[in-house]
Amino acid sequence: MNQRLPISRRKLLLGAAASFGVPAVLAGCGSGGPAPTPGQSGGNLGTVSIGSNASDEIPKKMLESVVKGFTQATTRINTVDHNTFQENINRYLRGTPEDVFTWFAGYRMQFFAEQGLATDISDVWQEIGGDYTQAFKDQSTGTDGKQYFVPFSYYPWAVFYRKSLWEEKGYEVPATLDEFTALARRMQADDIIPIAFADKDGWPAMGTFDILNMRTNGYDFHISLMGGKESWTDPKVRQVFDTWRGLMEFHQPAALGRTWQEAAQSLAQKKTGMYLLGMFVAQQFPEADRDDLDFFTFPEINPAYGTDSIDAPIDGYMISAKAKNVDGAKALLKHFAQASSQDIAAKLDPGILAASSNADTSGYSALQKRGAELVSKAKHIAQFLDRDTRPDFASTVMIPSLQSFVSEPDQLDSLLTSIEQQKANIFR
Amino acid sequence: MTSRTRRYSTRDMAVLVVGLGVAIVVNVGVIWGPALASVGLSGTDWSGIGPIEWVGAQNYHDLAAEYPPFWSAVRNNVLWLGFLALIATPFGLFCAVLLDRRLRMSRFYQSALYMPVVLSLAVVGFIAQLVYSSDYGVLNSVTGLTVDWLGDSSINIWVVMVAAAWRHVGYVMVIYLAGLKAVDPALKEAAAIDGADERQTFFRVVFPTLRPVNVIVLVITVIEALRAFDIVYAINRGRNGLELLSVLVTENIVGEASRIGFGSAIAVILLAISVGFIATYLSQMFREER
Repeated sequence: MNQRLPISRRKLLLGAAASFGVPAVLAGCGSGGPAPTPGQSGGNLGTVSIGSNASDEIPKKMLESVVKGFTQATTRINTVDHNTFQENINRYLRGTPEDVFTWFAGYRMQFFAEQGLATDISDVWQEIGGDYTQAFKDQSTGTDGKQYFVPFSYYPWAVFYRKSLWEEKGYEVPATLDEFTALARRMQADDIIPIAFADKDGWPAMGTFDILNMRTNGYDFHISLMGGKESWTDPKVRQVFDTWRGLMEFHQPAALGRTWQEAAQSLAQKKTGMYLLGMFVAQQFPEADRDDLDFFTFPEINPAYGTDSIDAPIDGYMISAKAKNVDGAKALLKHFAQASSQDIAAKLDPGILAASSNADTSGYSALQKRGAELVSKAKHIAQFLDRDTRPDFASTVMIPSLQSFVSEPDQLDSLLTSIEQQKANIFR
Repeated sequence: MTSRTRRYSTRDMAVLVVGLGVAIVVNVGVIWGPALASVGLSGTDWSGIGPIEWVGAQNYHDLAAEYPPFWSAVRNNVLWLGFLALIATPFGLFCAVLLDRRLRMSRFYQSALYMPVVLSLAVVGFIAQLVYSSDYGVLNSVTGLTVDWLGDSSINIWVVMVAAAWRHVGYVMVIYLAGLKAVDPALKEAAAIDGADERQTFFRVVFPTLRPVNVIVLVITVIEALRAFDIVYAINRGRNGLELLSVLVTENIVGEASRIGFGSAIAVILLAISVGFIATYLSQMFREER
């Protein structure tokens, strides 16, 4: 790895010392690093701070184990509750952010890069670029053509089901929307609710909208619709909601009072037949039942697009614009980009896949292997509605609108007009 | 110089400056400054990053005409106030009157009714979910119903208000109970001697003497209705039928959305409503003192 640095060691120490509030006198000594806080013994790159949203037990443990393998600098992790981190990201990045922070790929990353809140890491990409497919690189690239993000892990969205239930009833994986509908009818006849559904939290319904939209109108339309460039009153969008309305009778009723965890439980208990969700649905299955969990990609609707796109949100790391130890941070990002680091993570969390093409998939569980296969077959990878559009549009317009569609699917015209008006106010 | 002119010593001045000055600085800096800043921001299109652009009354037009959650929130806030003022508060008074009659086990009832008050509304929200959840809630499993109490936007506000009232009743009850204990028994005795029945004694004699307590309870009720937030936020983040103005302000400003101008406009409306109540209350108070 490249160890030659454009900044002198002395200057680096100064920066690192300042970041700790250690009197600058210390840096004058020229020997010894700044007083490290509990963590790893430092290398020669000072201290790198990490702002992490990995507040859940498994992701937290995962990050700690991965960082343990980083020897070039001392690291300090500041973990904040996942949702709090996300909601405060604006203030966080403008205040005193850590050098490296966890974030999402795609529009969500571009939005902040465009505001000048992230550091350009194109030079890092020259080194790690070979480890990623073009799709991953695109999702890490800002609107100015520079890279700002290092993908670490991702998880695909698909339709999950229990193999044992399907074998018992003789259900087959549907390839088209008609087969899907026919299968749902059969399940209804067997007294099983065909499609588990929950939208109390507001975001799970976005997954359904996304996949129906990409199957009907393709990936490019999805991106331009999310970018505010298409009209929501367009017949193409209407078509998506009409298809969804046709499937509503197969969805688990009372979805707005249910969390995705409860819906996943109903799938585990074989009360429902299938569930469109991210691979994290596995978390709700007891260890013993996980091998019974399988999935298929949502069936084709429009032959022009087949099943060429899926939602597979990518999580990774960025460097804040105010980073004090940019060199250390870049070295850390290179460490995160290594397949060996991502392997550790994928082993610890059964709901994610390693982003690097060189990752060792032999340690994957059966579900992870199928997930990787699904993603490798997809021509386009979308990031999910709330990651492909402006955060204000997603949270203050789309969440209430999709919930109102779920509760009153027939009020479509007024709903679409209202979304379009609100979109115009936000994307002006 | 005549002796009638008041002269302040240096010390008086110092006391004045410190006493009044600190209060004014705190008041302006912490209350009126931010309030006026909100009013100013509500006329802009600020996202929290980048330049502040003046858009005039655009935000107000947008939220009144093109933001469906706004009117649901206004409606819900009015409902909330009406429910607490017309149902929960009178019921609290009713409980207080009953308990004041020294029933058997009145201590027990008193503590049972007062118990919820020690819970924060967020906790009440979590308890409400255990009761109302359609899949595993107590209510549905006991009655055998399959109603989606919290997800159906036409009924969820009512069941949530019942949960909020559960706590409010105990609060109001304790305040009234203290007021009732302070009523001079001689008044009731005199009324009885004059031939008044129970009902007349209460409404004509006892209730009017509770006037100071009534004012306090009224203020508490209005405050509770306007600041309602935590219970709906705990249940479903104040969406889908549970919108409240306070939630919309938070959702727009504090969340990742950062629509600071737009959120400020909602905050200004909430401020206007609050000031309306406060002004009415204060003018009543001052008129009485005079």
